[in-house]
Amino acid sequence: MSQILIRFLVGGAVVSAFAIIGDLLKPKSFAGLFGAAPSVALATLGLTIATEGASYAATESRSMIAGAIAFMAFASCVSWVMMRYKVSALLVTICSIPLWFGIAFGLKYIWLN
Amino acid sequence: MRIKVDLSVIGQTRWYEYAIRFLFGGLITAVAGIIAKKFGPVIGGLFLAFPAIFPASATLIEKHEKEKKEERGLRGTRRGREAASVDAAGSAMGSVGLLVFASIVWQFAPRYSTWIVLLGDTVAWLTVSVLIWYVRKQV
Repeated sequence: MSQILIRFLVGGAVVSAFAIIGDLLKPKSFAGLFGAAPSVALATLGLTIATEGASYAATESRSMIAGAIAFMAFASCVSWVMMRYKVSALLVTICSIPLWFGIAFGLKYIWLN
Repeated sequence: MRIKVDLSVIGQTRWYEYAIRFLFGGLITAVAGIIAKKFGPVIGGLFLAFPAIFPASATLIEKHEKEKKEERGLRGTRRGREAASVDAAGSAMGSVGLLVFASIVWQFAPRYSTWIVLLGDTVAWLTVSVLIWYVRKQV
């Protein structure tokens, strides 16, 4: 339980820090780089290596490659839809989340199994 | 194009907007750990690149840009949408850096000290992301 709480607090802090850096920067295309910062990974990998070992963290990181590819497709889709259609950011991003799941788990079954 | 720091954004952001991002960031970090424990590191690792705060951040950018335009008496809906779209395009470029980050941990975590790997990773993520952004701007 305490490890989950530590993850929550550290994760919240690291993710927020990268988000604030992104807010402060201009142009927006550059600021967007921080939207894809490895904040969750940075918040957890140290703890994972300490508790589960480096091999476990390496396995997680191999899966993270699939997650990053899915993230790229997700962000590209959001950008494309918002540039072409009159839809709100919240609606596009929420509706595009299944795309992330589809690609991430698709790659998991093709490549990681 | 020059990179600038705009500190006025700090005043524009409400406390609950910071709180929402903290909450989502904390939740996905905790959930990624729980998933890894329950289903193993292969599935848990996928969530290290989950776009958890993306909806909140994109909505915030859209809202702030819209408000800026409306302060000048103009309709800012289109401007807000375009700003969020450009930010998302930047995130797509940054995800290549994320991929490099993950590859480095995968290859080097079992062989080198945690701090060296995490520091090297972060530098590699930033370098690759900025380089891709720069090249994209030049093309």
